Amino acid sequence: MTATEVEVGPDSPEPAGAAALVDRLADAGRALLVPALALVTALGIGGLVIVFSDPDTLDEWGSFLSDPLGALEASYDVVATSYRALFDSSLGSASAFGRTLVETTPLALAGLSVALAFRAGLFNIGGAGQVVVGATCAGYVGFAYDLPTAVHLPLAVLAGAAGGASWAAIAGFLKARTGAHEVISTIMLNYIAYLSLDYALRSEAFRRPGRADPISPPVAESARLPELALGDVRVHAGLLLAVLATWAVWWVLERSTLGFRLRTIGANPNAARYAGMSVAAGYVVAMGLAGGLAGLAGTVNILGRPSFSLTGGYYAFIGFDAIAVALLGRGNPAGVLAAAFLFGVLRAGSTGMQAATSTPVDIIVVVQALIILFVAAPALVRALYRIKAGRGTAQSFTTGWGA
Amino acid sequence: MAATVTEPLGAPPATGVTVRSRQHLGFGAATVVLGLVTLVSFGLGSGAGLDATFVFSRASDAVQIPDLTVPARGTGILLGLVVIALGALLATGVLRDRHHLVFGVGLTLFVVALLAWAARGGSISIVGLFDGTLFRATPLVLGAFAGLLCERAGVINIAIEGMLLTGAFVAALTAGAAGNTWVGLGSGMAAGVLLGAFLGVLSIKYRVDQIIGGTVINILALGLTSYLAARVMTQYPELNRPGSFRAFGIPGLERLPLVGPLLFRNTIYTFLLLALVVGLWWGLYRTRWGLRVRSVGEHPRAADTVGINVVRTRYRSVMMGGAVAGLGGTWFTLDATSGFNENMTAGKGYIALAALIFGRWHPVGAFVAALVFGFSEELQNRLTLLDTPIPSELLLMTPYVVTIVVVAGLVGRSRAPAADGKAYVTE
Repeated sequence: MTATEVEVGPDSPEPAGAAALVDRLADAGRALLVPALALVTALGIGGLVIVFSDPDTLDEWGSFLSDPLGALEASYDVVATSYRALFDSSLGSASAFGRTLVETTPLALAGLSVALAFRAGLFNIGGAGQVVVGATCAGYVGFAYDLPTAVHLPLAVLAGAAGGASWAAIAGFLKARTGAHEVISTIMLNYIAYLSLDYALRSEAFRRPGRADPISPPVAESARLPELALGDVRVHAGLLLAVLATWAVWWVLERSTLGFRLRTIGANPNAARYAGMSVAAGYVVAMGLAGGLAGLAGTVNILGRPSFSLTGGYYAFIGFDAIAVALLGRGNPAGVLAAAFLFGVLRAGSTGMQAATSTPVDIIVVVQALIILFVAAPALVRALYRIKAGRGTAQSFTTGWGA
Repeated sequence: MAATVTEPLGAPPATGVTVRSRQHLGFGAATVVLGLVTLVSFGLGSGAGLDATFVFSRASDAVQIPDLTVPARGTGILLGLVVIALGALLATGVLRDRHHLVFGVGLTLFVVALLAWAARGGSISIVGLFDGTLFRATPLVLGAFAGLLCERAGVINIAIEGMLLTGAFVAALTAGAAGNTWVGLGSGMAAGVLLGAFLGVLSIKYRVDQIIGGTVINILALGLTSYLAARVMTQYPELNRPGSFRAFGIPGLERLPLVGPLLFRNTIYTFLLLALVVGLWWGLYRTRWGLRVRSVGEHPRAADTVGINVVRTRYRSVMMGGAVAGLGGTWFTLDATSGFNENMTAGKGYIALAALIFGRWHPVGAFVAALVFGFSEELQNRLTLLDTPIPSELLLMTPYVVTIVVVAGLVGRSRAPAADGKAYVTE
């Protein structure tokens, strides 16, 4: 089972002083170049999709020969209007910025979940299900009990994280014990989670009194995340949790023994075994931590955003965004946070875009898929733009069907 | 069967002692549990005096097989005791080498008792049950075959889900536009071929991790089909009215009891499916083409040395697989229902992949595995219709739970083609 393309640049001694700094900047620039180009290309192709699915613009193209400028103008118009609406409703005002940050929060946590799992050599597609389980557990603790805030809020958060962690640990355990590939088991667990959510929302314990539709009672005031405001920019404390988690994941991965073990297992499980590390335990721990982060993503949403209730919408909530964010951030916590912000912009802006133009929100999914594609295949982007590979651009993700 | 060794770097056993498996204990215990559930829920828990009738024949059959009427309660108790006995015997070591078979028999008896319990006070059509199974298994079989073609050549195909969805969408669109279901079928397959080629380019030329590449295709397919359905189909609803294929029968053969209506009266999909089962088995194991494909999947270096063009074989296999997956996709919009809905495949592509693994990457095995999944889905549907007290969501979970059980190797380890997932680098 080999890893994906691992490119290592030409060997050369480290230059000193100012030259070293320039080199480092050039490296950073080159490292950012592919994701930046991926983003631009994805938006470009997304623009093409918008153009060719807009009936009015297509009409213009029908008369291209008689009025070429008209067709080009119409195309530019529809794409520019769509994207302008997108950026307006995400960054155009303080309240929009606040909304963007609120969208970023769970994306960052879910992206960290996938990134952490990646570093341990695991592909955690189960983020969506872990989010659901986390939100359910946190929500239940939130509305079923009445406790002072100092106890209630941390308890709810803990419940959410624990829920997500246990859900993911099932897949980790299966992989550790039976070699079952986590891609299939997490996807199956996703569906089981969604169905369990449906069942829960129909049951007495979760139903809001007086309502027949599948919505839970709202989380008690004492369990809600406090709102933070800076002028018109309004967010909730979950953002702090996300930033903290980013730092924590960095610290665990780069500065702790556990992180070293997980990274070794991810890079070469046989070497890890030879060094005496328990690969099986590593898988369970890695999935557990990843699940905890994803569970937190669901938790901050239910404890931080109105309507503070559990609904069926939680399973469409994250989808595959977490994977896109993790890939775009290249498995690096800071990168993941930045990528999450970008996707937060896309998300917050998409509803505004659909309202202003008639471009359906699903175009965002297309753009995201293209971003993942270009980031996962840097060779594609390089081929498109004729860039040369940089020094030490190593990227190894998952392997085949596993042992 | 020797116990599985999980530490590859440990020293081999010092003496010549054969390690006998202890799996029979676990399976025996599981069988006993099954038997207890049968006894309690379907036997003792069933109301007295109610009979269940199993109907085996249709009015059009040439030979009529008489219906079987059994007392529901008695059947449950009897079968429960039998299964418990089987489990106990297995646990004590009887037939330990056949523990899968014993468990399988126990499971079958469990299902029979379940059916008797569900049908108490009424009747259940066995032919209808199997017909429904074959119907629901169709996309799973076709998806599994798509995976088979790709993986036997060494390319992991996680994108079955995306290929099914795209095939479904394209078929609905083109059939609606052209007013002809065959156009839909053809273009759905063509879309599958294109996606297969795309997967091939990503995995073979750019050597992208095949699981990521497949996932990308799935996300892209979901996004594009949802977007275009929302954009184009809501504006022009006539593009989402593709019509459907009608079932037809082979005269004479379709009047055979039991197998007649099952095998000889269907839509084109079932006939194609059955042809593919035979065709793929024969093709992969009895022809030169099959040998070449399999060698590329097991040991591409050796195949290369013998002069087989590894890259071309892989591209061809992936595109063939794409065609089959596209065909499977068209089933959703041209047979199961008429019209496309967002994300209508709902994970069936992944279940098809599980069927492939369950079936040990063999066409007949994959077919049987897909039938098992189809049966659990059909059963779930029947039980909901029969208004049993089991919550519908729990029943809907069955295929997913079964998939996990299968993938976890609880039904035996499955070995992938040796070079599955590895990009091939010519020297």
